Amino acid sequence: MNVRLYVLQRATAALMAPLVLVHVAVIFYATRQGLTAADILSRTRGSVLWASVYGLFVVAVAIHGSIGVRNILAEWSPMSERHAGIFAIILGCCLLALGLRAVAAVTLP
Amino acid sequence: MTFGRLAHRSNVLWIAALVHRLSGIALAIFLPLHFLTLGLAIDGEARLERFLRWSDAPLVKLAEGGLVFLLLVHMLGGVRLLVLENLDWRDEQKELATIAAALSAVAAFIFLARVL
Amino acid sequence: MTEKIAVSLWRGRAQDRYQLYEVQLRENQTVLDVVTFVQRHLDATLAYRFACRVGMCGSCAMTVNGRPRWTCRTHVAKVIDRGRLKIGPLENLPVIKDLATDMAPFFEKWQQAKGAFAPSRTRSDPIERIPPGGAARMAADAAIECINCGICYAACDTVRWNADYLGPAALNRAWSLVNDQRDAGNPARLAAVAASGGCHACHSHQSCQEHCPQALNPTASIAGLKRRTTLAYLRGELKA
Repeated sequence: MNVRLYVLQRATAALMAPLVLVHVAVIFYATRQGLTAADILSRTRGSVLWASVYGLFVVAVAIHGSIGVRNILAEWSPMSERHAGIFAIILGCCLLALGLRAVAAVTLP
Repeated sequence: MTFGRLAHRSNVLWIAALVHRLSGIALAIFLPLHFLTLGLAIDGEARLERFLRWSDAPLVKLAEGGLVFLLLVHMLGGVRLLVLENLDWRDEQKELATIAAALSAVAAFIFLARVL
Repeated sequence: MTEKIAVSLWRGRAQDRYQLYEVQLRENQTVLDVVTFVQRHLDATLAYRFACRVGMCGSCAMTVNGRPRWTCRTHVAKVIDRGRLKIGPLENLPVIKDLATDMAPFFEKWQQAKGAFAPSRTRSDPIERIPPGGAARMAADAAIECINCGICYAACDTVRWNADYLGPAALNRAWSLVNDQRDAGNPARLAAVAASGGCHACHSHQSCQEHCPQALNPTASIAGLKRRTTLAYLRGELKA
């Protein structure tokens, strides 16, 4: 872990702290027995707000999570820092792709 | 990874760091599954609807409660670190770590009380 | 008093075994007393290190019942576990023999972290006036009493997991120098602690602070280094 990765990880962490609170609030508000797909999608479809907030969340978590996993692999597995870094970049790209696809799936009209 | 046989691993802050790391791993594994599930909506409501009905099962709701705990404890523990690293030093780190864990547990219990 | 202590001492280089000795339990007995007794009266082949035996030099640090301690300042009565003592060399360092470790990697990392004072004036210049109450001087003073005993390094799991990690002592010293207004070495020092294995590798377990016999807080020093290097990085001042 060097200063560049540290700044990226801490900055995305700071950005996500309020986003996590928003997400937990959404979870508490929305979840109940019998919640339907229609209930969810009627609110999210065509919403620029949902797309922006959760799109930002996805970008941040893709960066933050991949750097975290990189550190764990470098410390707890036999992988070198370089290989852990490569794995992390791949993981980050996958999270970004899947995450933006999910945001698109629920917000595109 | 080795742990040796050092007695200090009963230290609250060491446990807090372990919880932070393990919750991060769990969330990193969960996240792609979460994204894939939401992505079911691409094909229309029906597939997402089927998943949501499956997730009404109490065991699934219990697991969701666990995820709420993991997300909150990771975030609150992380905020404690951001404060430690960016503001003036404060000595009550053990207390703050314990409060973070307690708040997360309370929130998870409230979640479960609402959905079970 | 005929009570005995069952003392297990590490005998070997890397992966060897603990050997059991029996030592008389006494009042006001330190762990160093016990090790010394074994070497003088029971087994002259035992290798261990000490110097001042009064808690000033840090040479006698060993792992006692799972925790790194100064053995000269650890009373047996305080740590004895059901009549047993288990004593090994400091962790995270190569073992020369038995209870004596090779401190070279510890000091090499000290140098890597630029833990040496870099003068900014010559003897011909006037002496620099340092107000003792200034914020920087107080930060340096809070970290300055390190005697390089290696206990924090032995206690740190990040040192154990990350071979590149400079460790709490080296970084703590770097922090005290960063705050020394007489020092001219900060550009190189900040670059050194901002690199891979530097201050950003610290996970704030605070094992260092928990075990330091001088009551120092390397975690806080390292947090300070994180702030300074982040600022320097964002301002483009870091020599990459």
